[in-house]
Amino acid sequence: MTSRRTGTVSPAIASAVALLLATACSHSAARGSTTAAAPTPAPAATAAAVDLTKPPVLGAPKTLTLPEVVSRELPNGLRLMIVEQHELPLADFVLVVKSGGETDESGKLGTATLATSLLKEGTTTRSSLQIADQEAFLGVDIFANSGWDATTIRLHTPTAQLDSALALFADVALHPAFPPAELERLRKNRLTSLLQVKDRAPEIANRAYAAIVFGTAAYAHPLTGDEASTNAIQQADVRRFYDTYVRPNNATLLVVGDVRPDDVERRARALFGGWQRGTVPPSNYGQPAPAKGTTIYLVDKPGAAQSSFRIGGVGVARSTADYFPLTVMNTVLGGSFTSRLNQNLRETKGYTYGASSGFAMRRTPGPFTASAEVVAAKTDSALIEFMKEVRAIRDTVPRPELEKTKQYLQLQLPGRFETTGDIATQLAQLVPYDVPLSFYNGYTQGIAAVTPADVQRVARQYIDPEKLAIVIVGDRKSIEPTLKATKVGDVVVVDITGRPAM
Amino acid sequence: MSPNPFDGQPRATTLRSLRQRLCQLFLAVAPVTAAAQAVPAIAYEKYTLPNGLEVILSEDHSVPLVAVNTWYKVGSGDEVAGRTGFAHLFEHIMFMGSENVPVGKFDQWLEAAGGNNNGSTNADRTNYYEWMPANALALALWLDADRMGRLLPTMDLPKLDLQRDVVKNERRQSYDNVPYGRAYETILGALYPASHPYAHPTIGSMTDLTSASLEDVKNFFRTYYAPNNATIAIVGDFKPDSVKKLVQQYFGGIPRGPAIPPRPQVTLQPVPKDTFLVLEDKVQLPRLYYAWRSVKAFHEDDAALDVAAYVIAGDKNSRLYKRLVYDMQVAQDVSAFNSSQRLDGGFQIVVTPKPGHTPTEMAKLVNEELQRLTNDGITERELARAQNSTRAQFLDRIASDLGKADQLNFYNYFTGTPDYAKQDAARYDKVTAADVKRVAVAYLGKPHVTLTVVSEGKRDLMVTGVVQ
Repeated sequence: MTSRRTGTVSPAIASAVALLLATACSHSAARGSTTAAAPTPAPAATAAAVDLTKPPVLGAPKTLTLPEVVSRELPNGLRLMIVEQHELPLADFVLVVKSGGETDESGKLGTATLATSLLKEGTTTRSSLQIADQEAFLGVDIFANSGWDATTIRLHTPTAQLDSALALFADVALHPAFPPAELERLRKNRLTSLLQVKDRAPEIANRAYAAIVFGTAAYAHPLTGDEASTNAIQQADVRRFYDTYVRPNNATLLVVGDVRPDDVERRARALFGGWQRGTVPPSNYGQPAPAKGTTIYLVDKPGAAQSSFRIGGVGVARSTADYFPLTVMNTVLGGSFTSRLNQNLRETKGYTYGASSGFAMRRTPGPFTASAEVVAAKTDSALIEFMKEVRAIRDTVPRPELEKTKQYLQLQLPGRFETTGDIATQLAQLVPYDVPLSFYNGYTQGIAAVTPADVQRVARQYIDPEKLAIVIVGDRKSIEPTLKATKVGDVVVVDITGRPAM
Repeated sequence: MSPNPFDGQPRATTLRSLRQRLCQLFLAVAPVTAAAQAVPAIAYEKYTLPNGLEVILSEDHSVPLVAVNTWYKVGSGDEVAGRTGFAHLFEHIMFMGSENVPVGKFDQWLEAAGGNNNGSTNADRTNYYEWMPANALALALWLDADRMGRLLPTMDLPKLDLQRDVVKNERRQSYDNVPYGRAYETILGALYPASHPYAHPTIGSMTDLTSASLEDVKNFFRTYYAPNNATIAIVGDFKPDSVKKLVQQYFGGIPRGPAIPPRPQVTLQPVPKDTFLVLEDKVQLPRLYYAWRSVKAFHEDDAALDVAAYVIAGDKNSRLYKRLVYDMQVAQDVSAFNSSQRLDGGFQIVVTPKPGHTPTEMAKLVNEELQRLTNDGITERELARAQNSTRAQFLDRIASDLGKADQLNFYNYFTGTPDYAKQDAARYDKVTAADVKRVAVAYLGKPHVTLTVVSEGKRDLMVTGVVQ
């Protein structure tokens, strides 16, 4: 072993669970079922005594002993994070590169996602069709995708054919050829997809919303670019993205499943050891313009049966010190089925099939978005209810509601680590932001520490009802007059790019 | 086993776990070497309460989690004329509280215990499920028992009206406001005679949703929501003795219901003659659909039809994808799937031409490829890709407690054997190239429904006859 961090074992996940136990114990008492129901799940033999009119009082949650995360590092800077999970003969290999669509240059928007799509379209030794043939023949799947701040190449495979599957995976990741004919094919495909975006109101809303909230900053543009940028991207552009950012010192290989760390390291050295370091420049994320007064941006979709709502503004970065208060606050507002937005707009009013909200926490502040697809005739009523909720969240959240929310967040944590895919997904979310593995260790405690005052503070700090961007995509003719009548904000008619429409 | 757009109306997509989506994304396992990936056996215990409730228990102590998954053997195939969509609307109502569970508490109590829940309806069955920390199992069972035994005492019109609005919005969000969203129901209406249980989609029509009455809710509950029409699968970290006691306490006192009305008999047969339909929609590009009648689930030709669908459009090297999308680049996407349900099935091919190309061009190419398939059959490599990729799904479906619980119920419903995965996988292993050629001739050689979805005002793009 020559790597600096050989053999360090992170206790991160293992001890997350012990903390979970501690806080979860308060849960049954807090549920309010203090009546003399039989203690379950260990009922007395005298079954007849059970009171069926009251929910059972639950025992304490059990301790979950999650497997350790073994961290190692190759001489070229590639970090390995390995979790053993031997329940089924499966493994997930996830190569997380800490750069994505934010690196796109203006005029060449969509370069990162196009480059990543091309990884499976030919290597120096395999054609596109050969790669696909091997994938299907082996019964494995390889996914390559660029998001914001990260590019992910993922293999899910049975361990029985690890050799063949890993060879294919490494070839796709390390030896792309970016064949010109394949680039042209994907370009044509993408141009058609961009045309089809016009069919889908939710996608139109997503694009207009990002453009309006972020202006000229990085997260303003669609990850798949637009027509002009798609036509402009050259082979040299996709290669430049790959050569610049897809480097071992900018990447982590997560391995979860029926594997042994030493064997994984041996394989990683053989397959990825020769991968060359590079100098990875920082990305320029730009600065979104300050939020304007609350404005309704209306995109016309004639005859639409529903109106697509996207409401909010610039939120926070993943590095925020307010991660836990924001998580609790958002879960109360729109982060679970019983959240206020869903209860109000769906379960009380019946305006929608579902309403929700969320903070997309990225390397620099991503969007906060409340959203729903609302029946056209209730567009104005739904807006009024959305506004009520974003105002009401600034008041103190009643303690029972807060406690329910905190318990939900704490107690469902183990469920996020059930399968190899689950574990890989949880860890992959930390990597792009250099969040330490101890994050899950402190998760339950972090939620527990959130006070009503914290929730109120972050609600007031990060959601300003007077400075909201409200994007609504729907049938302008029927909804514009009623939206104006709500007096929530000026109504500006825009197109899919967020620019004023004729 | 093929991707199935028929597969149910979930109560809330927002609650679907990432895990389920990942399971769909990450297929694995291939019998490259025969011994490589045997489908693991799932140990289980199955018994029946005196009131007819079937119980399937399967311990899995790998994580302190548990899943409860209940199948009621009723779906949109049981609906009567004028009440399409009712089985699914009823599913929504099952979450609105019951005698001892005030409105809203079903979700609130489960969330406070770290649990999540959902339900879904398809033509054949309705399922309800919760997944949660193991200590909350008693709560989920108690909630499920209260609504199985005591839904009606607190049932009222406002509950029905509220979920009627939600379901109408589900229809809008999933069908009416989605490009090509009404294609499927258009095809069903032409593929099956009006009296056939599968002639309408599970979501139902707006008119019928409006018509559903409180009396319908009560009758439906009394007819179908009895313990003798349900199977509850419990999978995860529990002690069987404790759980059996709980099940007995909570469900044991629910009275058996009347005998379940038999379903109409259907005859497996092709559509009588080639049928051509057109549907105008708010779309940029037209789309061509071919649909045939096929077979019911676990029919002797079911697996071979799934393999045929894979060979036609299942991967990049498949017949239609490679020729239309990859080589010629005249189509934006292609898909093919066989959907076998309890009584009957359907086989579809879908092609979206790229701008500048027409549905008629697509029809000609599809017909050529089908001709080649039925004349020359398939190669061993094509068969291996299809079999290995299909096999891949078997391990992932049982990776989570919830997936395992649903699978135990699935096989129990169709075969009476909860752990039927090994036999199911064997059906695919046994398919030969000759079988695929034979079913292609036998089913895809028959008359079919051709639907062309066109942009508004572009009916002239409709495929109007069999294109040679």
